[in-house]
Amino acid sequence: MMRRRGLIVGVWLLALLFGLALLSRARFSADMSAFLPTAPSAEQQVLVDQLKDGTVSRLMLVGIEGGSPEARAELSRQLAARLRQHHAFASVANGETGGFERERKLLFDNRYLLSPAVTPQRFSVVGLHAAIADSIAGLALPSGAWTKALLPADPTGETLQLLEMLSGRDSAALNDGVWASRDGKRSLLMLYTRAAGSDTDAQQAALAALHSDFAAVRQSLEGRYPALADARLQVTGPGVFGVEARERIRSEALRFSVLGSLIIIALLWSVYRSWRVLLLGLVPVASGVIAGVAAVSLGFGVVHGITVGFGITLIGEAVDYSIYLFIQSGGAGSAGEWQRRFWPTIRLGVFTSVCGFAALLFSGFPGLAQLGLYSIAGLIAAALVTRWVLPLLLPADFAVRDLSRLAERLARGLRALRRLRWSVPVLALAALAVLFGLRQPLWNHDLAALSPVPLEQQRLDASLRAELSAPDVRYLAVVNGVDREAVLREAERLMPKLDALVARGLLAGYESPSRYLPSQATQVARRASLPDAATLRGRLDAALSGLPIQPAKLAPFVAAVEAARQAPLLNPASFQGSSLALLLDGLLITQGDRSLALLPLRAPPAGIDAAALHQALAGAPLQLVDLKTESNRLYGSYLDEALTLVACGMLAIVLLLALVLRSPARFGRVLLPLASAVLVVAAGHQVLGGTLNLLHLVGLLLVVAIGSNYALFFVGNERSAKVLLSLLIANLATLAGFGLLAFSSVPVLSALGSTAGPGALLALLFAAMLDRHE
Amino acid sequence: MTKRLVALWLCALPLMASAGDFDLGKLLGQLAQTRAARATFIEKQYLGLLDKPLESSGELAYRAPDHLEKRTLQPKAEALVLDAGTLTVERDSRRHVLKLQDYPEVAVFIDSIRATMAGDRRALEAAYRTELDGHYERWSLQLTPIAPKMLAKVSRVRIIGARAELRQIEIVQADGDRSVMTIDKAAP
Repeated sequence: MMRRRGLIVGVWLLALLFGLALLSRARFSADMSAFLPTAPSAEQQVLVDQLKDGTVSRLMLVGIEGGSPEARAELSRQLAARLRQHHAFASVANGETGGFERERKLLFDNRYLLSPAVTPQRFSVVGLHAAIADSIAGLALPSGAWTKALLPADPTGETLQLLEMLSGRDSAALNDGVWASRDGKRSLLMLYTRAAGSDTDAQQAALAALHSDFAAVRQSLEGRYPALADARLQVTGPGVFGVEARERIRSEALRFSVLGSLIIIALLWSVYRSWRVLLLGLVPVASGVIAGVAAVSLGFGVVHGITVGFGITLIGEAVDYSIYLFIQSGGAGSAGEWQRRFWPTIRLGVFTSVCGFAALLFSGFPGLAQLGLYSIAGLIAAALVTRWVLPLLLPADFAVRDLSRLAERLARGLRALRRLRWSVPVLALAALAVLFGLRQPLWNHDLAALSPVPLEQQRLDASLRAELSAPDVRYLAVVNGVDREAVLREAERLMPKLDALVARGLLAGYESPSRYLPSQATQVARRASLPDAATLRGRLDAALSGLPIQPAKLAPFVAAVEAARQAPLLNPASFQGSSLALLLDGLLITQGDRSLALLPLRAPPAGIDAAALHQALAGAPLQLVDLKTESNRLYGSYLDEALTLVACGMLAIVLLLALVLRSPARFGRVLLPLASAVLVVAAGHQVLGGTLNLLHLVGLLLVVAIGSNYALFFVGNERSAKVLLSLLIANLATLAGFGLLAFSSVPVLSALGSTAGPGALLALLFAAMLDRHE
Repeated sequence: MTKRLVALWLCALPLMASAGDFDLGKLLGQLAQTRAARATFIEKQYLGLLDKPLESSGELAYRAPDHLEKRTLQPKAEALVLDAGTLTVERDSRRHVLKLQDYPEVAVFIDSIRATMAGDRRALEAAYRTELDGHYERWSLQLTPIAPKMLAKVSRVRIIGARAELRQIEIVQADGDRSVMTIDKAAP
């Protein structure tokens, strides 16, 4: 006997050590992408990757509020100047022209490769005459004030062609020379980080640099502008959201774990009034948590913060087993008897819970799968430790204080509740009526419902984007090809079609990589249009007749054309170090043996008429992608998947119960309260909080998986007051764990908490009310 | 339309001050009485780059205190609009917002006229050295930019007027180029 006891405790200790060793080496992450859908098709994957790592993901939108407009403008200028020194930022724009000198020079220097107007005809005598006459006439216009300086080197006006093409890209309002909101109350900046939006560490570093630079600049300016004391920085963007979500998960995981543990400990203390009993009761819980984290670390390589945050629910549920042991047995002496009388019921409860959580294992959300594995490993470990190890650890004089008075009182209360048993079917039917009478769809199909970004931040982001006309990529024309050259050529062929759509008002505008990087073929053709210096001089002499300008004044033009004839063609590397590189990076993607050109389409004020657009572009070798529909479709497929998983999980539980209970009557005693609880919780969410999303659905599965633990006790003949008391305490501990999560600001956690918590309580309550045992 | 405006202008004129105590304060005080005005203009530009002067014409419109438009109609349509400190160029139904300090040559032109018409002495004296000649019936106000950045582009602006009307604006740029804008309110 002693040897067996030593062996069991030894195995347990070894397992604990192994688990702790795994734990110490586990990698923890809080990257929200674990809760982003992974795309099924390769093309969608490219798009999702773009959202995660592409240019769009690197955008940071900055607003400065407070102080006077003049002071804010100065703050914006100095902040931008400092940020431009940082390696973390690839591009810093605040409306000042200085920031784009490099880009302007790049475009100006390569104007003969970039301008769509460059053709052989333009460099004929007639073409030159027309273009130069046009440019001279332009000098008389107000804009002539700045085109005057360009004319000697660019008399055909190619630079203006390029500026025309680029115009409309940055069209935020200006105040004191920097971007400002239209109401003038906010200065605006647009930053692109060098790191991808999904690189949360780098994003956090960039964000920290931004905040510290802002504080430093504000402090240095406060002497001159005292009003700046209340200046505030507002930052949004995909990377910022990631950083904030991670912070929130980290702090909440910790806060909820600590708070939940304290509540559970307080609950247990109020019952046991003994530290020894309480600490022994936590032994299975601690074992379960270690087992859970170790299993996730082994299975997934990395443990997500949300999984740890979910740990509190495991504490709440795993502590049930020791509560049963202590309260139902009462002391060390009767542990053996307890095992005989109650273990089979508890074991069945563990199995049903495992069935429920196992459904999560197959979820397409990596995060949910982790939660499933964590809970399964934790519950099994806690139950096994309670059954085999805990009784061996109890000292000979171990006893739980006499709880019979408390138990009797509770039993009387429950019996009184039984008189209200009719209310259970009534509630269930009312819930059914609510669910069937819904006007809106039962399930929310918007992926944003799962977004970890708080609504307030989403609103700020939308307003900053609108003010800055920042790219809010929703519609994309995607061109596919074997290599870069192929997609660039295709994009060039597409541009006249898109121009026509802009003229018809179907689009407000569009972006294309071929604007900045024409295909090699086009560049070669444009270069070939340029005559050599001698020919050009000859043509100019003829072309300038009748125009008020002497050929000698255009010597810089002849030199520039000659230089352009010798210059190398543009390639992506030509733009290195400028913000155009970043832009190209986002529009032109090469992966393996496939290239993609993305042409973001800008919607007119009335929005894009998708049907008309599809019709107008029918037959063109492109794919029109509406990222919102696409992501909703993805969500839809996840919802379908979740429905299947939940259905399978429920089916598994029902089959298990049917198999074990082997009697329709006993089966009904378990299932009725569970079904009622699920219906009431689902209807309650509808009545109180609008639609359900797929996480609520998973939560409903957990109601069955967890609630069955309590309902199962009403199958057998054990109805002592002590049993009822243990059930209530165990249930309250579970409620403390899950219920707390309902207050989380992380949607995953709050959805699971707000369904599983009340659901478990209702399951117990309904089971007790429906119980007919005397 | 223009006639009515001129009538409005005339009505707005208070009693003439005597020539003796004519100064910038008085002139600007009179100019500030004008709440809105329209006129046509013909502009000649003498550019070193070109053999012949360039001619353009169009309309001017002013609304106190900070809205001024220069709409060139010939040889091509393009408008320069200053509204509450924001300068935009409109061409082919497209609008380009300009930063005043990036285009000193445009800024000086539009800003000096606006400040003069609004009678905004503070703004005028903050940006220019002013020199007033003549009498109320025929005056000439010369403005020389103070900021080195402005002075690097524009040497001086001379506004010639009669009573509370602007008649001619001459701008001499630092590179020697020069433009003369003649304003005609009586034109149909």
